[in-house]
Amino acid sequence: MKHSIWQDGIKIGLIGGGVGVLLSLIGMVEAFSQRHIISNVISMGHTLLLVIALLVGYMAAKRASQTQPLRVLANGLISGLMVGGLLALLVMVGNLVRLRAVFINASPVLYKLLTFDYGIGSGIFLLLCAGTFSGVLSGLFYLSPALARRVLLTSLSSVVMAGVLQDLLRPTFALWGPLAIINEWLFAANGLTIQGAVSLFILMALIIYFWAKRGSAVKTGFRGLPPTKQRALRTTGLLFLIIVLLILPQVLGLFLSEVLTIVGLFVLLGLGLNIVVGYAGLLDLGYVAFFAIGAYTIALLTSPELGFFGFSFWSALPFAIIVGIIFGVLLGIPVLKMRGDYLAIATLGFGEIIRILVLSDFLRPWLGGAQGVGKIPKAAIGSIEFAGPQQIYYLILAGCFLVGFISWRLRDSRLGRAWMAVREDEDVAQAMGINLVAAKLLAFATGAAFSALSGAIFASKLGSVYPHSFNVMISINILCLIIVGGMGSIPGVLVGAIALVGLPELLREFADYRLLVYGAALVAMMLFRPAGLWPEAVHRRELQEEESVGTETESLSGPEPGKQEGV
Amino acid sequence: MIPGSTRMVFLPDPRPMPSNFFSTVKTIYEATLEDGFSMWKRMKERMTPTDIVMWLIGGGMLALIIWGSTATLIAGRYTAHHWFDFMVFGLAQGSIYALIAMGYTMVYGILRMINFAHSEVFMSGPYTAYFVAAFFYSSGFLDQQPIISLLAIFLVSMSVSTLIAVLLERIAYRPLRNAPRLVPLITAIGASFFLQYTFRGLYGSGFQAYPVVKILEGEWAFWDFRILKFQAVVIVAAALLMAALYTFIQRTRVGKAIRAVSEDKEASSLMGIDIDRMIVTTFVIGGMAAGAAGVLYALMFKQVHFSMGFIPGIKAFTAAVLGGIGNIPGAMLGGIFLGLVESVGPSLFLDGLGIVAPYQLKDAIAFTMLVLVLIFRPTGILGEKLAVKKA
Repeated sequence: MKHSIWQDGIKIGLIGGGVGVLLSLIGMVEAFSQRHIISNVISMGHTLLLVIALLVGYMAAKRASQTQPLRVLANGLISGLMVGGLLALLVMVGNLVRLRAVFINASPVLYKLLTFDYGIGSGIFLLLCAGTFSGVLSGLFYLSPALARRVLLTSLSSVVMAGVLQDLLRPTFALWGPLAIINEWLFAANGLTIQGAVSLFILMALIIYFWAKRGSAVKTGFRGLPPTKQRALRTTGLLFLIIVLLILPQVLGLFLSEVLTIVGLFVLLGLGLNIVVGYAGLLDLGYVAFFAIGAYTIALLTSPELGFFGFSFWSALPFAIIVGIIFGVLLGIPVLKMRGDYLAIATLGFGEIIRILVLSDFLRPWLGGAQGVGKIPKAAIGSIEFAGPQQIYYLILAGCFLVGFISWRLRDSRLGRAWMAVREDEDVAQAMGINLVAAKLLAFATGAAFSALSGAIFASKLGSVYPHSFNVMISINILCLIIVGGMGSIPGVLVGAIALVGLPELLREFADYRLLVYGAALVAMMLFRPAGLWPEAVHRRELQEEESVGTETESLSGPEPGKQEGV
Repeated sequence: MIPGSTRMVFLPDPRPMPSNFFSTVKTIYEATLEDGFSMWKRMKERMTPTDIVMWLIGGGMLALIIWGSTATLIAGRYTAHHWFDFMVFGLAQGSIYALIAMGYTMVYGILRMINFAHSEVFMSGPYTAYFVAAFFYSSGFLDQQPIISLLAIFLVSMSVSTLIAVLLERIAYRPLRNAPRLVPLITAIGASFFLQYTFRGLYGSGFQAYPVVKILEGEWAFWDFRILKFQAVVIVAAALLMAALYTFIQRTRVGKAIRAVSEDKEASSLMGIDIDRMIVTTFVIGGMAAGAAGVLYALMFKQVHFSMGFIPGIKAFTAAVLGGIGNIPGAMLGGIFLGLVESVGPSLFLDGLGIVAPYQLKDAIAFTMLVLVLIFRPTGILGEKLAVKKA
């Protein structure tokens, strides 16, 4: 048995170290080191590597039982050492060979970062020490009681989150007089201050501690209330949420409002695809086509550059949606009989065909070719023009509410249930008397309508449309956000859009690695949490049933999602 | 009939006995007429409006193609030399598609999933081998020993692609082998983007120009026709590789085992075949073919890029579907057919329709063909029962 400990530690450590080296070589560590989590103490790049070492140590430690503390610590130590060792190896090799000829990110800056700016000899020693130390820390973490683990994990991750989201928090605090003091206490010019980080940590620890002690009492207290009061509380909560949403752009300023509008557009798109993929189970990879159709219909009808019609935004909007629906049905008919992967590829083909057609010189007189169409007028009600992001936001918010409401009502309707039956098993659904053709076409049409609406707003927001804005990446993006959020779940779309669209917009360093992270997120979600971050009720039930079969659930990845779905 | 039940035996034949030759003929004739009529009726009943719409679309397409082709041929804008060049180019491109399609079709045959990330397997090899090629070029070795350097480039490319394919199988697909159908597909899409952007991070986001191999420059003349050397080399190399792979699958024990696993997993595991190993072998073969195809592609288009895999990947998938997915000779045929249609098509039928710059639409032709095949003949040209079972 003795050497199985070694094997576990070494194997996991090597995998982790490999991931660390990969992240360094693709430039993530260097790019992230621009941003400090705690000012002048630790940067985001270092945090990334630290998290890997801690995670690896924890996973290695988990291989041993908690009753054998020595073994746990040994596992953690070895794996941490391996992570440090591989990174040290990278530095050594990098100093001997000019790796940069092949790997463009293997720069001296990276080596400096990895050796903590202490030169090769002592730097490598430090690196090994740091790896070993974090491995042992993970071992200790694993040995500590459950409550301590929870408190530690949550408060540490909230400190990291505060550091990561400093660009969001700082301007928000700065706008409000009394909160400016908090700002000064928490943030330095670059990252959290030390006292800020410590006080945030303590605050969060206290909150989590008391919630863990008293939280269940609060929950049962809420459940114990009479239904009318529960309802009233929920309604108040909802009203409060709506008010917050309404004043949000005024509070957040121009840049963050712009981020919000982008998130909002993706929520619209996500809600549409959620109907097609989440409800009806039709994997559509050409979804961006309808977005393009909506945008181009608006362009065609309103733009004076083409000079066909000269409609206003509002009179063109219904046409955009109708054209979207027509195309949804038209492209839906041929793929009615396909399932699963064939459907995915065929729809991908449709998406590309539409993009290529729009891009071609052949349709240039009508659609503008590669130069696109410009001078699309803004939407306006009376004298209020939806020009800047702070105004467009309301347009998008209204769209989101409308579409969210429709999908929420559709979910439990006869049609919604028919969709879900089709998703679970087409043949059985048909045998139960569901008209497959109608159900599928309605799903495509509804999804297309939402997408066309989003495209219409997008066109008027940008004032111009280009074929390059409608490539397959958008489809993947939307698919990714509904999968991360949880297929078929409406709040999941929101969570997914904030996590996958909002966060990368806030983190400029992230831009280059966005699709990389999306890809990794898709794989990781499918491997560890196929139902998403905020699963739909049906899926959650299924998962709970399956847990008894013995699938390993990962709760490491983040805090447990919401308690009750459906407000 | 159920064994042991004798009920039927004593029942008289309900059909009237024919008394003479003419009445026999008449009965058969009437029966056939009735059969034909009822068949027609049945067809009419089973024909849904969507079917009619689809057949109309298909008919319309066919009419357009015929009309366009006739118009082009009558106008006579292209000479025989042009057509010959198009064909050779199409053949070269098609044989690359065919090599990539092998990977798709074999993985589909054995795992019943589309390995969406296969296009990245295809990209990773030549992109890595680019650095070897560039090194050989700058040190002058490429010009001194072109054959050896080309072999080394192929070797590097094939091993990197194989490595990526095996890692992909091990990390992303193996844990999901019994998951619902949509799950591995989504994983594959995720893996595809992850790999694409990992290589972008590793090697940079620019286009890298593949070094020119001097012995492949120039052209060979056959009577009146001339072939660019590298196109001929691509065609020959791809044909040799395909022949080798096909022999491997058909003639060796391992190949037989792979075919057995794709036929029936449980049964072959009962016969003592290690399924995991066969699946890995499949990925290895697919990776090798893709790596080789990648170098050929890089030699032909003289550049590599992190997103170079996407379009050829989709087209190779189209080729695999065209030939009947799961069917290896089908994938080869499908690839070559697609290559030819893509290079001849724009000038043949789009030009005749009066479309400006028809060559811009060559990708649209491939995608339209993909969709049409999926609609009208999902079993492909050499369709097998496999696709029927699945559909």
